[in-house]
Amino acid sequence: MPRGRMAVAIALLGVALLVPAVVALPYPRDVLIRIFLFATLAQAWNILAGYCGQISLGHAIFFGTGAYTSGMFVARDVASPWVAMVVGALLAVALSQLIGAPVFRLRGHYFAIATIAVGEIVHILAVNWELIGAARGLYIPVKRPDSLVNFQFHQSKAVYYYIVLGLLVIGLVATWLIERSRLGYYFRAVREEQDAAASLGVRVARTKRVAFGISAALTAACGTFYAQYVLFIDPESVFPLSLSILICLVAVLGGVGTLWGPLVGAIVLIPLGETTRIYLGGTGKAVDLVIYGALIMLISVLQPAGLVGIARRWRRRG
Amino acid sequence: MSLLQVSGLTKRFGGLVANRDISFSVAPGELVGIIGPNGAGKSTLFDLITGFQRPDVGVVRVDGVDVTQRRPDEISRRGVARTFQKLRPFAGMTALENVMVGAFQKTADVGAARDVARRALSAVGLGERADAHAQGLSTGQRKRLELARALATGPRLLLLDEVTGGIDQATIPGLVRLVRDLHAGGLALVVIEHNMRVIMEISQRIVALQLGQVIADAPPAEIVRDRRVIDAYLGESWR
Amino acid sequence: MGLVYALIAAGLSLIFGLMEIVNFAHGEFLMLAMFASFWAWALWRLDPLVSLPLTVLALAALGWVTYHGLVRFILGAPMLAQIFATFGLAVFLRSAAQALWGADFHLVKEPLVQGRLAVAGVFIGLPQLVASAGALLAFGLLYWFITRTETGLALQATAQDRQAASLMGIDTQQMFALGWALGGACVGVAGALLATFFYVFPDVGASFALLAYVAVALGGFGNVPATLAGGVVVGLVEILGGLLIDPSLKLVGVFALYLGVVLWRPQGLFGRF
Repeated sequence: MPRGRMAVAIALLGVALLVPAVVALPYPRDVLIRIFLFATLAQAWNILAGYCGQISLGHAIFFGTGAYTSGMFVARDVASPWVAMVVGALLAVALSQLIGAPVFRLRGHYFAIATIAVGEIVHILAVNWELIGAARGLYIPVKRPDSLVNFQFHQSKAVYYYIVLGLLVIGLVATWLIERSRLGYYFRAVREEQDAAASLGVRVARTKRVAFGISAALTAACGTFYAQYVLFIDPESVFPLSLSILICLVAVLGGVGTLWGPLVGAIVLIPLGETTRIYLGGTGKAVDLVIYGALIMLISVLQPAGLVGIARRWRRRG
Repeated sequence: MSLLQVSGLTKRFGGLVANRDISFSVAPGELVGIIGPNGAGKSTLFDLITGFQRPDVGVVRVDGVDVTQRRPDEISRRGVARTFQKLRPFAGMTALENVMVGAFQKTADVGAARDVARRALSAVGLGERADAHAQGLSTGQRKRLELARALATGPRLLLLDEVTGGIDQATIPGLVRLVRDLHAGGLALVVIEHNMRVIMEISQRIVALQLGQVIADAPPAEIVRDRRVIDAYLGESWR
Repeated sequence: MGLVYALIAAGLSLIFGLMEIVNFAHGEFLMLAMFASFWAWALWRLDPLVSLPLTVLALAALGWVTYHGLVRFILGAPMLAQIFATFGLAVFLRSAAQALWGADFHLVKEPLVQGRLAVAGVFIGLPQLVASAGALLAFGLLYWFITRTETGLALQATAQDRQAASLMGIDTQQMFALGWALGGACVGVAGALLATFFYVFPDVGASFALLAYVAVALGGFGNVPATLAGGVVVGLVEILGGLLIDPSLKLVGVFALYLGVVLWRPQGLFGRF
């Protein structure tokens, strides 16, 4: 990244770090937390789908894995949620490799549909699995006092803000590092022309699995965060197809395959969702999706590189 | 020991026999041309050699090692590179980045790969277009790009599929010179070509295919006199 | 029910065979067809079976418009763009339905055909029977159209080799639009038939769509007659799954079947791709 942009990025980070100190109201902070969460989720998805070209429409399974792992750990008093985050991430990686092995042999549309199928299977299984609370969900026991170890903060939710910001930074840095490394080149080669890449010595299957693993781990970490933040999870909130779709939407809107795309997408989409929800009451939930849907169609037709792509074209012209 | 040896390669697609009992070998540094009418099974042969297809019968050996069941990337790492008839540049990446993907086979360092890529691009005459987007290149430039990409992997054997196809007459001599220079540098080549003049000029040996079978395997001077090749492909007027 | 799935799937297969685009909004088309039938009944007391022709026309028009308004622009685009375009349409339509008509379940009460039939000790709802028969009939019509009429053959030609077809004077654009219109029509019939006994709500399209994808994948993308087989298989698996395992898990069986087939034979049982 050129020097100027690096400076801007650091400046933004600085601002982000200061926000909780300046803004004391809980609502804007919660919105920001949601923005960061979805930005990170989209960033994780972006690594697999944007850079490596494997369009997964069932990513929620990793989110749920992370959420339930930590949920169970805390509910059964097994270990600290931080440990659970690591375990959840590892589980997600294992799951991704397991799924990836057969499913990556598919291409294009078949792959996408297969990911939907897998996602729905997991979703349905979760709804019926008594151990994790089935459809009733899981309440994560409240632990007092606030502590970093217990990953619960009730006095000041500001700490959640910093944690999710941290996750976002991790996501951005990981993407940035990948972009500039051999792995990043291999990702893009696999995305564009799998066969040509193979003829050049790229281990295509392994490259895909690596992307999947990284993506799954980060997504699961977000899941753990969500569980600790909301303190209640159920299959409908962490495993549904609609969540997988929302993650994709954020990334696509902002710009797949770009570093800042997911963040931009989240900054636009989340407040949009919130606004429609406030101003249109009950039906608001659907209206924001109407707008999302229209936006997606427009973007895919006009500028598949998303908002970031549009911004780049502007800059080039000016 | 031969660099590449194929024995008894046979490949069927349903009722169609694309390759039937094909055998020949390539010595290190040798330039072998492959000719034959369309549908003779030439590209399938390349696919079988480079692991994109598996033969029903037969063995492919590189340096004496059986690689018949190996994946394309494994074969590439053994020093066998190829170009495709239907060009496949990596869209969304510059020419330099395209070639770097090939260069990365030998090194994990981005800077080193970039250097190798630059050199490969200059070697094929695309030095100035290094930062151009691959999609914006002309067909002739794309062919050179494919070549550079394959070369960046540092191969000992290069399989060229129709180098002069689809490009205008004026650029052909340049490409031919390039292939000759590569050969002079010690690279073994197997070249599929329809342009008879080109293939006669550069080949040390020619393998002629018809309907999936080898009908002749000899130096150019003998090939033009071979009755079967004339009937199948060359025609009487070629003398 | 398998026959209904087959009909829905046929539309999908047709579109894919023509231009290699999977219509992710197919389920939403179905949903709209069902709503159309429902509103025809709610507003004008027209039984879905009676309003079927209207529904078919409406959906065919929708398919045609979708092609000209959206799909036409993404024909050459990278796959990501294609997937998201129809995906976006799906989200758009589903949410619009929810925004306009609410998320409640609606049901056509007292349809023309009601009651049950006892066949070998098993009760089969008459509406379902009629729906199956209707689906089979529609499928047959579609098949007849593609194989026996001139336009149908032109459609097939375009699907098999676009360039050759256009060289022969076939207007590929028109063919594509026709393909979409037919796909819409199929779904229109299916929707009207389903509306006679199934609940109508904005999300109804999703589950049917997934089953349709499986059916198409089973039969093979692009091979329309095979989707009949695919649809029937899906229907059977769904019921068997519900009986043998747990009713709430029956979809798992279907998806597992999809994964199994698609991994074993990526082109589907009879497919071309």
